[in-house]
Amino acid sequence: MLDSPKPIVHDRRIEALLLHRDLDEFNSAYAAALDEQRVADWAEMFTDDAFYVVISRENADRNMPVGLIYCENKGMLLDRANAMKTEMFAPRYLRHIIGSPQVLGEELNGDIRARANYVVVQVLFDRPEAKLHQVGVYYDKFRRVGDGIKLAERRCVYDNLLVDNALCLPV
Amino acid sequence: MTLQLSNFPHDYVWPDDDLSVIPDWVYTDQAIYEREVERIFHGPTWNYVALEAEIASAGDFIRSNVGPTPVVVTRAADGSIHAFENRCAHRASEFCRELTGSAQEFICPYHQWTYDLQGNLIGVPFRRGMAGKGGMPADFKMQDHGLRKLNVTTHRGVVFASYADDMESFPDYLGPEVLREFEATFDGRKLRLLGHYRHSLPGNWKLYHENLKDPYHATLLHTFLVTFGLLVVGNRSLMLADKSGRHGVMASAKSDAKTLSGDAKKEMRSYKEGLTLHEPRFMDFIEEFDSPWSVTMATIWPNLIVQREMNTLGVRQIVPSGPHEFIMKWTMFGFEGDDEAMTRHRLRQGNLMGPAGFLGLEDNEAIKFVQDGMQRVPNGKHLVKLDPKQTGSADTLISEAAIRAMYKHWREAMGL
Repeated sequence: MLDSPKPIVHDRRIEALLLHRDLDEFNSAYAAALDEQRVADWAEMFTDDAFYVVISRENADRNMPVGLIYCENKGMLLDRANAMKTEMFAPRYLRHIIGSPQVLGEELNGDIRARANYVVVQVLFDRPEAKLHQVGVYYDKFRRVGDGIKLAERRCVYDNLLVDNALCLPV
Repeated sequence: MTLQLSNFPHDYVWPDDDLSVIPDWVYTDQAIYEREVERIFHGPTWNYVALEAEIASAGDFIRSNVGPTPVVVTRAADGSIHAFENRCAHRASEFCRELTGSAQEFICPYHQWTYDLQGNLIGVPFRRGMAGKGGMPADFKMQDHGLRKLNVTTHRGVVFASYADDMESFPDYLGPEVLREFEATFDGRKLRLLGHYRHSLPGNWKLYHENLKDPYHATLLHTFLVTFGLLVVGNRSLMLADKSGRHGVMASAKSDAKTLSGDAKKEMRSYKEGLTLHEPRFMDFIEEFDSPWSVTMATIWPNLIVQREMNTLGVRQIVPSGPHEFIMKWTMFGFEGDDEAMTRHRLRQGNLMGPAGFLGLEDNEAIKFVQDGMQRVPNGKHLVKLDPKQTGSADTLISEAAIRAMYKHWREAMGL
């Protein structure tokens, strides 16, 4: 008896698992870029037309658009990356911790909608404590580009309305 | 050998009566801070509390502060605006906990004492007791136990409150020159709210005023201002102080940084030749104001900054929480009639300001550095000697004359 070719199994659970892994890997690389303050590398994780905002939950809940950082395209992210080279602020370490992503659905154009909780911890060199600098949620749209994925949108909605002095690096 | 002890630092004597040297205790001393609350924030001043657009309809309220003191600002059924302490007349509970909202009345959650939108006490549960037992004394009058109400005024949609009942009018309080700049920003168009920033700063609240009465720093600290020609030595500019010295406006007209002389560039290490933007629209100035200035930063004593940084507009409210810390609440706005493109332009340009702004974050850090510098050196002093012949307005950026004028006023207000 001849072997018949194995049918390709479309198991939705396996597809979901692979997608979840891709997003998880992406977020790990994203956190690493920011923790290592490679801000230009961070900017490259977005599509050219990406939208990025760091917005308080207060503003988001009231449909008010003002964000701590408000970027309408990758050019503005790159401008921020460049500015970081000349901005004056005390040296610091930051640690971005991103929770497991939750896939929310798919847009008509194929972008994947997802969310993930995040915290950013900040250490200044002359204080013993690592302070909780940001706590919030990423609301994302991921897009498949070539072999990988990029962010077409990341809305960082933070709960800590009262920001500790200055937000010197992206979230 | 005897150890020579210095005099107690807290004799509160200004060194040599010389305004060009500021003693550190002005910024670090708890007793000075408490006197500031009493004499300045709770004294004869108009304190910013809200924008009218935030309490547009009858019943709307917003939590705010006068100095550190929590207040509620309301619009009553007849459209009038009221401000009163957020502190129940019964047991001092801070009863209003929402940032903003709409209500018919305020009910303190602890014992349900109830107040109307003007701060009058209108309900006390079991006031007469039960079955002839308990209850308030027979002579208790509700009209004597309302919330502490503040004097309120508004100007061009901006709401101010005062603990003093005999305040001068707001235009008289500002003086004609600062009023003109205030009215150039609040030009009569209705405001459209775009959102808030809130942050805490580890520094003394007066340093924020000083930062905006110090045009010298603007040309040196801020790479973005300098490189993109917003504020550089040689620009048309003005540091305005009112007659009293308490208010100020830092004003400048945008120019092309490429026209800077080589000498000026050498003095300004923050000038970066060849820095360009991927998104140049970010620094566009769209003319919309009847003013020769593209940027004005008004410091309205004691707790308001009015920011007109080209097309990104906002008010910043200072809420001190002690000598070493204050909170800034920013309310950003545009105008009714702005189209989608204009609103987005304001939002893009907003990247200059706020706690993550290219300019804003540097100012916050600089203020922290100053407070840090004061805390571990006893009996220190600061120098504000630039432009020594002036006290008040200055037509050069290389001046600290407006800071000295502010301290002339501060010493009078504090009796020091």
